[in-house]
Amino acid sequence: MSEVGRAWGRRLNPSLVVGGVLVTAIVVLALVSYVWTPWPPMRVLPVEAYQTPNAEHWLGTDRFRRDVFTQILVGARTTLYVGLVAVGVAAVVGVPLGILAAMSPGWLGQVVMRTNDVLLAFPALLLAIMFAALYGGSTRVAMIAIGIATIPAFARITRSGALGVMKSEYVVAARAAGRSPLAIAWRHVLPNVAGLVIVQASVSFAIAILAEAALAYLGLGTPTGQASWGRMLYEAQTTLRSAPHLALVPGAAIALSVLGFNLFGDGLRDWLDPRLERR
Amino acid sequence: MLLRVAHRLTVLLVSLALASVVVFAFMRVLPGDPARVALGVNASEEAVRALRTQFGLDRPVLVQYVDWVGGLLTLDPGVEFLSRAPIGPQIADRLLVTAWLVVSAMLLALVVAVPVGLWMALRHRHWDGIVLSGLSQVGVAVPAFLAGILMISVFAVRLGWLPSGGWVVPAQDPVGFARRLAMPALSLALVQGAVLARYVRSAVLDVLREDYLRTARAKGLRPVQALVRHGLRNAAVPVVTVLGLQLATLLIGAVVVERVFVVPGLGSLLLDSVAKRELLTVQAVVMVLVVAVLVINFVVDLLYLLIDPRLRTGAR
Amino acid sequence: MPDRTVLRVDGLDVHAGSTPLLQDVSFAIDRGERVGLIGESGSGKSLTALSVMGLLPEGLGATGDVRLAARTPAEHNLLALGERALARMRGDGMSMVFQEPMTALNPTMRVGAQVAEVMLLHRTRSRRAARERAVELLEQVGLPDPAHVARAYPHELSGGQRQRVVLAIALANDPALLICDEPTTALDVTVQATVLDLVVRGVEARQAALLFITHDLGVVATVCERVLVMYGGRIVEAGPVQDVFGDPRHRYTQGLVAASDLSGADGRRERARLPTIPGSVPPAGRFPAGCVFRTRCAHATDVCATPPPWTPRGEHPAGATAYGYACFHPAGGEEDG
Repeated sequence: MSEVGRAWGRRLNPSLVVGGVLVTAIVVLALVSYVWTPWPPMRVLPVEAYQTPNAEHWLGTDRFRRDVFTQILVGARTTLYVGLVAVGVAAVVGVPLGILAAMSPGWLGQVVMRTNDVLLAFPALLLAIMFAALYGGSTRVAMIAIGIATIPAFARITRSGALGVMKSEYVVAARAAGRSPLAIAWRHVLPNVAGLVIVQASVSFAIAILAEAALAYLGLGTPTGQASWGRMLYEAQTTLRSAPHLALVPGAAIALSVLGFNLFGDGLRDWLDPRLERR
Repeated sequence: MLLRVAHRLTVLLVSLALASVVVFAFMRVLPGDPARVALGVNASEEAVRALRTQFGLDRPVLVQYVDWVGGLLTLDPGVEFLSRAPIGPQIADRLLVTAWLVVSAMLLALVVAVPVGLWMALRHRHWDGIVLSGLSQVGVAVPAFLAGILMISVFAVRLGWLPSGGWVVPAQDPVGFARRLAMPALSLALVQGAVLARYVRSAVLDVLREDYLRTARAKGLRPVQALVRHGLRNAAVPVVTVLGLQLATLLIGAVVVERVFVVPGLGSLLLDSVAKRELLTVQAVVMVLVVAVLVINFVVDLLYLLIDPRLRTGAR
Repeated sequence: MPDRTVLRVDGLDVHAGSTPLLQDVSFAIDRGERVGLIGESGSGKSLTALSVMGLLPEGLGATGDVRLAARTPAEHNLLALGERALARMRGDGMSMVFQEPMTALNPTMRVGAQVAEVMLLHRTRSRRAARERAVELLEQVGLPDPAHVARAYPHELSGGQRQRVVLAIALANDPALLICDEPTTALDVTVQATVLDLVVRGVEARQAALLFITHDLGVVATVCERVLVMYGGRIVEAGPVQDVFGDPRHRYTQGLVAASDLSGADGRRERARLPTIPGSVPPAGRFPAGCVFRTRCAHATDVCATPPPWTPRGEHPAGATAYGYACFHPAGGEEDG
C-alpha cells in the first residue's frame, strides 16, 4: 500500500486543517471570479478613487478607480495559475529525473544529480529575471522560469525517496524476477514517492506564489492592466501615506496563501509520516 | 580530512564551470540576440550587425565563451553596449552595498532565530512554544519586500522615524548609514529569522530524542545542560545546511528589497540593466550572484567537516 | 533500611495519564548483590530502571518510595527529589548502561572526553586526573590501546567497543548501584560474553549493587545471583536464580522457563518443539485486573480476578520481597503432581 493509502483514516493535524482551509479559500475565490465579481474586473469605474472599505466597495477602490475586492478575486486566478503551471512543469520533469538518478547508480545518475546541484544555485527569482531580460516580462515567462527553477527540488526529493524504495525487499524481489526498470518505477517507486512529491508540490507552490508576487512587484511578471497581487502592491507603494489599505490587502492575500500552502505541506508531511511529529 | 577538503574544492570548481556554461548559454545560445535586445525591435539590421561585430558576438560560440570567462577571471567583464561604461567597477561598488545588507540581515536573523528556536523546541508542548511556532509560520509567509513596504508605511510614512530609503557610505555618515540600513536589513532578517528559527526548533527536537542525550542525563547533566553540552553541536549540522541555503535566498531576496528601499546594490544594478536591456551586464551580475551562492555552499560544506567528525573520514 | 541495602523500591507505580504501566513494584538490592530483572518486552523492566534513575519520558508519572544509599544515607525518596538533586546522584551514586551502544555516545565528542566528563561533572577528579583515569578505565574495560581509543570519535569504534566505553562511563565514579538495561542484546554473541564478564568484574571490584535487565534467562543465570520476574508491570516472582529457574512457582515463570529451553544444555534436545506460552503480551496498560497473567494462564480460576498476595518462599537477607511469588495456584510441590 502506498504512503497515502496508509495515512487514510489517521487523525488530521491542525496544520493540515488550517492549511487546507486557506488553500480551499483561495481556490474558491479564484473559481468564483469566473462567474461573479462585485464589479467588472480591471475596469475603471465612475466612482471615487482611494475609497476605504465600505458597503459598495468591500475593500475600497484604488487610484485608478478600480474595485480592490474584484482585483483580489481575479488576482487569485493569476496566483493559482502561475503556481499550477510552475509546479506542474517542475514535477513532470523533476520526478522522472529523480527516479532516473536513483535507479541508475552509474555515471548517468551522477551527471543528473551534479547538474541538479548546479541548477539549485539559480533560485526561481533569479532565473525568472534572466528570462525576463531576454524575452520581456509576462505571466507566461514568469511561470515557466519559476517552473524550471523548481525542477531540482523535485528531482532531489524524489531521488532520496526512490533510493529508499530501491533498497526495499519487494523491489529487490521484482528485479530478481526480471521485471523491467520502467515497470518497477511505475508500479513500486512512483506510488511510494507520491507522498513526498505531494508535500514538495505544496511547499513549491508557496515559493512560486512568492516569486510571482515579487516579479509582478518588480514589473517583470504580470504586466499592468492584468490582475496580480504583486502588481497591486507595486501600485500601492506610492500612496502608502494616503491609502495604506491598498498595500495591506494584497499583502495579506499573498501572505495568507503562502501560509496556507506552507501549513498544508507541513501538515501533509506529518500526516503521511506520523513518526516525525509524535513527540 | 585534507582529501575531503580537496574533494569539496573539486566539486566547487566543477560547479562553477558548469554554472558559467549555463549562464553563458542562457544569454548567447538561447534564441534571442543581445545586440538586438539592446537596440530594440525598431533598430535597423545594419546597426544590430555593427554592434554584434563590435562586441565580437559574430565569432564562434566557443571563442566567445572563452573570451567571456577570461574577462570574468581577470575581473573585467567588459563594457555596456550603449553607454560603453565598464561593467566591472559598477559591480564592485554595488557588491559592497549588497554585502552590507545581506550580512547584517543574516546576523540579525541568527541572533533572533537561535534563542527563539531553542525556546520553541524546549516548550513545544506548552502554549508559549506553540504560539511562537505559529508566529514563525506567519513570518515565513511574509515576503521580505512586503515586510519592507509595511515597515516603510509605519516607520517612515506614519512615524517618520527613519528615511524610507536611499543609501550613504558608512565612512561618510555612520549614523545616516545605520538609519538607512535598518529597515532593509530588518525586513530581510524577519523572513530569514522565521525560517531559521523553525529549523533550529526541529533540529533541537530531533537531538532531544537522541540516545546520547539520555546518556548525558544519566551522567548527571540537567536537561538544559545536556542539551547545551551535547545537543547543540549536533543540532548545528542541519541548521548550518539551512544557513547556507538561506544565505543564497537572502542574496536573491536582497534584489527585490533593494528595489523597495532604493538601495544602490547589485539587485538594483541587475534590475536597471534588465530595464536598459544591457544583457552583458545582466549576465555578469547573474554570474556574480551564482558564484556567491556556490562559494557559500562550499563554505557550508567545510563547516560540516568542522562540526561533525563522522564526515571527515567518510564513514557515516 | 538495613546498612547493607543499597536500593530499596517500595510500592512503585508508574502511569501514563490514567493508564497504569507499573503497579506496586517492590524490591531491594544489597551491596555487592547482582539481581536480574527478567520479562518479555513490554513487561515494564525498562520503566522500572528509568524510574529509579529519574529519567522517565515526559508524560509519565511515578509514585511510591525509592531510596538509594550511596554517598549519603538513604534519607530521601528519589521520586520526590528535585531535578538538581537527582542529577547530582546520576552518574555518581547510581549509573546506567543502555541497550543500544551505537547511538549512546555523542558523535561529535572524543571518547576520552566523554568518559572524563562524568568525573569532572561530579568533581571526583581534577581535569588532568580525570583524563588519565579515563584512559585507565578504558583499559579496564578491555579496550586495546586505550590512549588511542580515548582520542577516537565514537564512529571509529565497533558496537562492542562502544558498549565498553559506556560501561567505563558508568563505572567511572565507582557507583553504589549500576543498572544495565539489556546491555548485550544489540551485540554479537561472541562479544556478549566478554561484555557480561566486564560488567560482573566491574561491580565485584566496587562491591556495587547490580540491577541487570534482560529477557534472556541464560544471561541472568550467568550474571546474577537473584532474579526478579516481571509481567504486566508487576513483579510476579523473585528468588535465587537456581530456585526460580529450577523450581518456579508462578505459572508465568514456569512458562518462561519451559519456553527458554535452559535444560537443553544437558542433552534433552530431542523434544520436537519448545513449549510456548499461549496468547501474547497485551499492550501496556491493557492487562487484566487481579492477576495480570490470568488471561493467558491454564490454571486461572475466579479467585485470580483479585490481586494475588505476595507469598514469601523462604528467608532472604534482602527482605521479604527478595524470595517469593504472587500466585493463587503456584506450580511446584505436591499440587503440580
